[in-house]
Amino acid sequence: MKEKEVLVDIKNLEVAFGTRKHRFVAVNDVSFQIYKGETFGVVGESGSGKTTIGRAIMRIHSTAKGDILYNGEKINGKISKSLDKQITQKIQMIFQDPMASLNERAKVNYIVSEGLMNLGKITEKERNERVTEALKEVGLLPEFASRFPHEFSGGQRQRIGIARALIMEPEFIIADEPISALDVSIRAQVLNLLDRLQKEKGLTYLFVAHDLSVMRFITDRIAVIHEGVIVELAETEELFAHPMHPYTKALLSAIPLPNPIAERNKTLLVYDKSMHHYETDKPQWCTLHEDHYIMANKEEFAAYKEAYESNR
Amino acid sequence: MNKKEIILSAKDVEVKFDLRGQILTAIRDVSLDIYHGETLAIVGESGSGKSVFTKTFNGLLDKNGTISKGELIYNGEDLAKYKKDRQWLKIRGHEIAMIMQEPMTSLNPLKSIGDQIVEAIRIRDRKISYSKAKNEAIGYLSDVGIRNPEDRFKQYPHEFSGGMRQRVVIAIAIACKPKILICDEPTTALDVTIQAQILTVLKEMKEKYSLTIVFITHDLGVVANVADRIAVMYAGDIIEIGTTDEIFFDPRHPYTWALLSSMPQLGIKGNDLFTIQGNPPNLFTEIKGDAFAPRNPHALKIDFLKRPPYFEVSETHKAKTWLLDPRAPRVDKPKGIMALQDLTAN
Repeated sequence: MKEKEVLVDIKNLEVAFGTRKHRFVAVNDVSFQIYKGETFGVVGESGSGKTTIGRAIMRIHSTAKGDILYNGEKINGKISKSLDKQITQKIQMIFQDPMASLNERAKVNYIVSEGLMNLGKITEKERNERVTEALKEVGLLPEFASRFPHEFSGGQRQRIGIARALIMEPEFIIADEPISALDVSIRAQVLNLLDRLQKEKGLTYLFVAHDLSVMRFITDRIAVIHEGVIVELAETEELFAHPMHPYTKALLSAIPLPNPIAERNKTLLVYDKSMHHYETDKPQWCTLHEDHYIMANKEEFAAYKEAYESNR
Repeated sequence: MNKKEIILSAKDVEVKFDLRGQILTAIRDVSLDIYHGETLAIVGESGSGKSVFTKTFNGLLDKNGTISKGELIYNGEDLAKYKKDRQWLKIRGHEIAMIMQEPMTSLNPLKSIGDQIVEAIRIRDRKISYSKAKNEAIGYLSDVGIRNPEDRFKQYPHEFSGGMRQRVVIAIAIACKPKILICDEPTTALDVTIQAQILTVLKEMKEKYSLTIVFITHDLGVVANVADRIAVMYAGDIIEIGTTDEIFFDPRHPYTWALLSSMPQLGIKGNDLFTIQGNPPNLFTEIKGDAFAPRNPHALKIDFLKRPPYFEVSETHKAKTWLLDPRAPRVDKPKGIMALQDLTAN
């Protein structure tokens, strides 16, 4: 990962819902880059806009401002039909609730291959072969193709969801809380599977979640988002070692630790937005250190910088 | 916790479900003493029977489920013998209350939250006037940390966020003045920050109203914060029980090891996370020996033949595994679990 090749470049992205009086800005002036082959995490509470970012890249939500570049090509707003088709194939999504995201009236065979059929003509034989291959890849038996989703356990359903994404031979997968609905031991299996697939196929992941302990394990870099604004972005271990923004600190302090002694001595930090004084001195996206960015105004940035230097 | 007063005692409870003629044994001879004023966590994967077991405490089993064996002693009465809903009404809510996972589904969307709390107070105390009940309800709302309770009293569930709704549910449960509060995955649907807040509220309520809390979860990380004791369930049986420190720092059952090892907090980046091989047993068939044996790499021959009894590790800690038998070969805990002790904030 020495030479970092930018796969997705998001510039000043704004996503808004509603019009005029009811206008709500879900994602506000967000910029970041995702490198090829990495796992990029977006963490935040519900309602912070983390899912919206993923959906904007998928072209499910239209963007109000800014650009999304994929391999250097602009993919938001109006684009040509052929590019649209290309994007549909190369960017795939894995959803949170495997029960809700699978068509319960369709057999696995159809669910997994639906995307292929949309892409162009394909023979029945070839389709079946591709389904078998995709199921094998996620550790399911080929016979499962003739079954319905309700016949599977939660972990298996999530594997079907992954197979559905894989069959398109994507480059980039957006995983929206893919494991938060699963049991601890199943969670581990799905995480291992995602990790293996990334190594084998050189996939790039955008991982959206609220559970930081999982994020620490799987991601290379993390962006912390609060109310539609990314407040801090850094490499995962760097972020855990030196969280600077008060919201990041609050989020980290809330992680449940599987250690009763540490839990008893833990102090919970609470983030209050009113602690910032942004009326005159507007916050900016500042570079704290190489690959460590933070949202702060000039006064705050000086304080962060000082604390950061003394902490290292 | 020196004076241990048993508040509820389950003895060899067995629960069976009739699914179109097929019999499923969901709970297999579980015995458990719950002490007054403690927080007991029941941990297990989905399908392990943790919810079903606690539902027997207040008669909330589905119609096709019955307690086929055993006793549930509460206040000198055997709850397992209760047949009619009228008998249960004395227990449900008043003595043993329950908080569910999804706060939106447990609240009535057509009634203001204030009225829902008043409703609970009036069931307990039929003669109380509305204004008095209202004052009391506002008190409960501020107890669970809802700001401006007077204004919030009139609002409806949809006007609250997920975390606030869960606080309201807690307020309703407490309004009945129960002795035991069963929390069935109360924070699973919530964010990490909100989860931490709800856990704090539960702890405060426990102190203030001297509750006994039974906390059901699948996430061991949450438990470290709240529990005094932990019971680990697998395939309808409590396979290990001990104080929180004992379960985390000195687990004995291979299933507990596996559960602890598969936490992402213990994962080393780039390496695979630990996973448990195989699937949980089929509860439609009779289970021979130790239910975990087929998935257990340390399984002994006897594990497949005879069901292990409880082996005492200490006064408070016991586990159902033949590995604790004096004749068993020495098997060391997986190394990964040792790392738990070094795991501190950040």
